Amino acid sequence: MNLAFREIRHKLGRFVLTCIGLSLLLGVVVTMAGIYRGQTADALALVRSIGADAWVVEAETHGPFAEASRIPGDTREMIARINGVLAAGSITIQTIQADHGSRRLRLQVVGFEPGRPGGPARIATGREITRGHYELIADVQTGLTPGETLRLGRRTFTVVGLTRGSVTLSGDSIVYTTLRDAQELQFEVSAPASRREVARGAQHTATDIINAVILRISPNVPVDSVADDVRRWKHLSVLTQAEQETILTTTVIERARRQLGLFMGVLTLVSAVIIALIVYTLTMDKLREIATLKLIGAPDRTIIGLIVQQALMMGVIGFVFGASLVFAAKDWFPRRVVLEPTDLVTLFGIVVIVCLLASSLGVRLAMRVEPGRALVG
Amino acid sequence: MESPPPSSQPLVELSGISKHFGEGAARVDALHGVAMTISAGEVVGLLGPSGSGKSTLLNVIACIVEPSEGRMLLDGEAVFDGRWLRRDLRRLRLEKIGFVFQTHNLLPFLDATDNVALAMTLTGEGLDAARRRAWELLDYLQVGHRRYAMPAQLSGGEAQRVAIARALANRPRIILADEPTAALDSVRAGIVMDLLSRLAREQQAAIVTVTHDEKIMDRLDRIFRLRDGRLNA
Ligand SMILES: Nc1ncnc2c1ncn2[C@@H]1O[C@H](COP(=O)(O)OP(=O)(O)OP(=O)(O)O)[C@@H](O)[C@H]1O
Ligand SMILES: [Mg+2]
Repeated sequence: MNLAFREIRHKLGRFVLTCIGLSLLLGVVVTMAGIYRGQTADALALVRSIGADAWVVEAETHGPFAEASRIPGDTREMIARINGVLAAGSITIQTIQADHGSRRLRLQVVGFEPGRPGGPARIATGREITRGHYELIADVQTGLTPGETLRLGRRTFTVVGLTRGSVTLSGDSIVYTTLRDAQELQFEVSAPASRREVARGAQHTATDIINAVILRISPNVPVDSVADDVRRWKHLSVLTQAEQETILTTTVIERARRQLGLFMGVLTLVSAVIIALIVYTLTMDKLREIATLKLIGAPDRTIIGLIVQQALMMGVIGFVFGASLVFAAKDWFPRRVVLEPTDLVTLFGIVVIVCLLASSLGVRLAMRVEPGRALVG
Repeated sequence: MESPPPSSQPLVELSGISKHFGEGAARVDALHGVAMTISAGEVVGLLGPSGSGKSTLLNVIACIVEPSEGRMLLDGEAVFDGRWLRRDLRRLRLEKIGFVFQTHNLLPFLDATDNVALAMTLTGEGLDAARRRAWELLDYLQVGHRRYAMPAQLSGGEAQRVAIARALANRPRIILADEPTAALDSVRAGIVMDLLSRLAREQQAAIVTVTHDEKIMDRLDRIFRLRDGRLNA
């Protein structure tokens, strides 16, 4: 008969309360892992949504997402002539705020040239941008619906389509509009600055600045040869899609791993201490029963089993319950939470190890109990 | 002190058993050169004032307390001779010794049946068989109707009888009881003592019980009196 289970059943209320507390704690740990994966997934979704083979950006930058990149507006025409480039499209990127009803949205506006690379890869509902002016494709996360209007700068834009999962590294929603509208918006928002540049005799006015050129490259031509051609312009550099993905994920990983890793470590430690204390008090509460077991001749393995199994039950139930809770609630989190099976298995393994370590305290206490203790009234 | 029937086999044999706790000024001599032989089928009582060493002696026989010197045989096997001769004392207890405590000491999270059955399963017996035997024992001790009761729901006498059933679970040759009747009224105390006597005869066990209880003296085959750790007949 399983003594661990029988004792828990005898004091079910206390055990359930303990498990609930533990599951909330472990749920937070699971959430941290999920947010970390979510950020990575968001970062990848961002670069992949554009569907490029290579990115032309300002020399010595990792643009346009991880770092600012500003290149002249005519770059696209020059690049398009390079052997192997199937298609090229300019994009601009800027972050602006807009009021939508009572909410203030933080948006990243991507300006692209319809018909050229750089626009949304897939539209979930609605249609592409067809008219030249003041149309938007927004991410569902904004809460906008097709047909709605949104004021950006001095213009009113109409939402015509929705994408899913277009989110920036900081969790802002992405909206797409035409390059021309976006540049106009950029000029309006940063008007004084660009006017000053013009006054200084800058070659390109703000309206003629883009942030990157998106390339589709022929499968018959190596990306490297195209890149070499582009790099002959000293003010330009090229990132392949793979490089872009690495940059974004490592940017995210560097920041998120350190932050979330720290939190997860601390919380796991806290859980370990809590489990150890619970196991210890549970053992304290049954010293007499343990003495009785020793007296009637139960081997150590029975007694260790009692303690370790209870610790494991607590940890496993807490973890499963906590993870289920997060799984059920993950769509209500403000940031994307992605629960990877491998992460869950790893965390589960950690929880099991923590339980085993934590129960050693209780086991040592139990081993010291004298069987004669059961005899004292 | 009447001598045991010559035919009977000695189950507990002590010679020159001493036990002291602590050293120097704090030294307490709990037992002093105790020698005794208890045979199968006997019910013996340990009497003496408080602090005279009764519990200590019982614990020595139970292999819970290590004597400071002396020699001890249980069921014909040399168990102690200046040191323990067996490493698995708990196994020895499990197989040969049953305990009845002053307070019943049942495991609060198991019902009456499983408190008894647990001791049997520890020797490797299957749970179903163990439970069936537990019911037989509970019936024998006239608490069969309480087989599914948790210890907290049992009266003192019922709990004590369940505890005795547990002590008998593995058919021990030696049953040790420390004031088994202290918590019972005289009627119940009589029932418990009758039961122990019957057990001793039916199962050819040796029963050693510590008691202060005058009302059960007449049910003991022999009485050992302890004073300051020394045995005087
Ligand atoms: N673990 C121990 N450590 C130190 N001294 C002990 C220990 N156990 C018993 N003693 C001492 O040994 C002596 C005998 O104790 P024991 O418990 O055997 O007496 P007893 O006859 O059972 O008394 P009571 O009738 O009160 O139960 C006492 O002086 C007691 O203080
Ligand atoms: Mg005593």
